[in-house]
Amino acid sequence: MPVVDLATVSIRDLNRALHNLPENTNETGWTICNPGGRHSIAAGVDAPIDIEIDGHVGYYCAGMNKHAEITINGNAGVGLAENMMSGIVRVKGDASQAAGATGQGGLLVIEGNASARCGISMKGIEIVVKGSIGPMSAFMAQAGSLVVLGDAGEALGDSIYEARLFVRGEVKSLGSDCEEKVIGDEERTILSGLLGRAGIDVSVDGFRLYGSARRLYHFHIDNAY
Amino acid sequence: MSESLLSTPRTPPRFSATFDPYTISQIHRAAATGIYDIRGGGAKRAVPHFDDLLFLGASMSRYPLEGYREKCGTDVILGNRFASKPIKLKTPVTIAGMSFGALSGPAKEALGRGASAVGTSTTTGDGGMTPEERGHSQTLVYQYLPSRYGMNPDDLRRADAIEVVVGQGAKPGGGGMLLGQKISARVAGMRCLPEGIDQRSACRHPDWTGPDDLEIKIGELREITDWEKPIYVKIGGSRPYYDTALAAKAGADVVVVDGMQGGTAATQEVFIENVGIPTLACIHQAAQALQDLGLHRKVQLIVSGGIRTGADVAKALALGADAVAIGTAALIALGDNDPLLEEEYRKLGTTAGAYDDWQEGRDPAGITTQDPELAARLDPVKAGHRLANYLSVLTLEAQAIARACGKSHVHNLEPEDLVALTIEAAAMARVPLAGTDWIPGVPGRGL
Ligand SMILES: Cc1cc2nc3c(=O)[nH]c(=O)nc-3n(C[C@H](O)[C@H](O)[C@H](O)COP(=O)(O)O)c2cc1C
Repeated sequence: MPVVDLATVSIRDLNRALHNLPENTNETGWTICNPGGRHSIAAGVDAPIDIEIDGHVGYYCAGMNKHAEITINGNAGVGLAENMMSGIVRVKGDASQAAGATGQGGLLVIEGNASARCGISMKGIEIVVKGSIGPMSAFMAQAGSLVVLGDAGEALGDSIYEARLFVRGEVKSLGSDCEEKVIGDEERTILSGLLGRAGIDVSVDGFRLYGSARRLYHFHIDNAY
Repeated sequence: MSESLLSTPRTPPRFSATFDPYTISQIHRAAATGIYDIRGGGAKRAVPHFDDLLFLGASMSRYPLEGYREKCGTDVILGNRFASKPIKLKTPVTIAGMSFGALSGPAKEALGRGASAVGTSTTTGDGGMTPEERGHSQTLVYQYLPSRYGMNPDDLRRADAIEVVVGQGAKPGGGGMLLGQKISARVAGMRCLPEGIDQRSACRHPDWTGPDDLEIKIGELREITDWEKPIYVKIGGSRPYYDTALAAKAGADVVVVDGMQGGTAATQEVFIENVGIPTLACIHQAAQALQDLGLHRKVQLIVSGGIRTGADVAKALALGADAVAIGTAALIALGDNDPLLEEEYRKLGTTAGAYDDWQEGRDPAGITTQDPELAARLDPVKAGHRLANYLSVLTLEAQAIARACGKSHVHNLEPEDLVALTIEAAAMARVPLAGTDWIPGVPGRGL
């Protein structure tokens, strides 16, 4: 099973190797050590492989991931798993701004806290944050689910479209056109499924659901904020 | 009325220059609706433009080339700074980014056909890549916009180049806009939006802020595409010197600068007419920024916004651009604003030549619509042929001018070949006022 030491191997060589894996490769378990906060680690992977990164990563780790299961034993910089398509990305520490931004699919689990703009413009990705998230999270969130066990910062879900935001802690404030919704059976099932997939054993009770008030869907003078 | 009053000479009704009839109609419209006016197209007001420049042509000190036969190259390579697969085009006139959504499927196909026929590129837009346009475009530039609608790594790798859109000349600082009438099921699906809503695209990129972040973002896009694709950065004309310098510093292979006359599919009229600077004012500044960095011709410069003729193309190149991009003119070549459709334009309350309600989706030419019946009116083969003809004319015209100036390649045109007709144009383009040595603002050049 390949071990790549980023103290001696360049990001280019690492990503090239990951991109060039043949279909049905048997090199399915990769370990990356000494990431040293470098950017674009394992960006653009398109293979059903496991990648374990031992240490902290910089910007855009696991960007646009397809199929891979990537675990970061450390903290992650800006844009973790941005525009992820599928697969699972899990960070054991904290994530910086714009985690899961514009993600189209797959599951992102953040075991620590996430900074501002978590899930910004999300388009179908599912994000579970064990800690809290920063301000402007889920801005213009289009689809998918964001689950937060801790608190959410200011302007949660500003200009949100059809994404679901589940928060267990306090929400500092809601952004334009975001409102609390009643949690129905369908949402409970989704929430408990997500918690299960993230490996988190807490009750679905105690979460609140936020979504679009759909007041900004059509231009009208009374809609102007 | 008495005899004497009737015979008194009267002045004709006089309109105010400040409250002119158009302004008055705008106030009435605003008072009646309570919402700003949205339209397509670019700035319609007169601003200093390429028409305010002239070529000097060859004379005693310059040798012309024969106007038709002698070789005058037009090919251009874009993206050879860092990309392992730069783009090679036969003409420096490219098709600007216009989304499927803003444009119909047949219109996108026609753009691809026309551009491919003459060996140039076309560009996706704020709505993702359709198989039709990929299929019909030999060279396709894939836009990477703040909205990231339809963004995915497969299309990124299918593209021939990537254009990171920071801004657009019609609306620097504004995001895209597509009204509900055009959010059909297919458009909504591609953008992951509910059908029929008035859609506003983000105006800021979600996962990077500022030029230092952009450098890292470009690094990521290069990693994902294995450093093959040229990466463009498109900016709306507002602070072209600094924006071009920062884009180049962030690692762009190509910088696209779009002036305020540049078209849009839909934006507030007040935004289109009042934000941004003329194309003419952008080119010298952008070229100067690259020269100051020692990157002119290494980082290519594409200029857009109001390019109509081969003369415009030649003037943009002479001022330092490597290529130009056209949007509005390409749509007109496909058949937009055709006088043959006058009756239908009248029904829409407008007239051929002034139709700009592209946001409404009722385009009788079938170009800026998602209505299947209207879209079916545009024959992509015929329209593509018209576009190819038009692109050929632009190239031939630019060559004719270059030869008259004694250049064996259109890229050999230079600011020294130009003069300005007005002081404003001279100051903006940094070329002398015709018949003088005066370049306003340049020490040691005249007054
Ligand atoms: C119908 C239409 C749609 C457009 N859509 C986009 C877009 O999606 N992304 C973008 O960067 N620019 C878009 N533009 C701007 C063009 O890319 C280009 O900057 C502009 O049209 C150039 O000016 P011109 O129209 O005067 O040639 C659009 C323009 C038009 C006319």
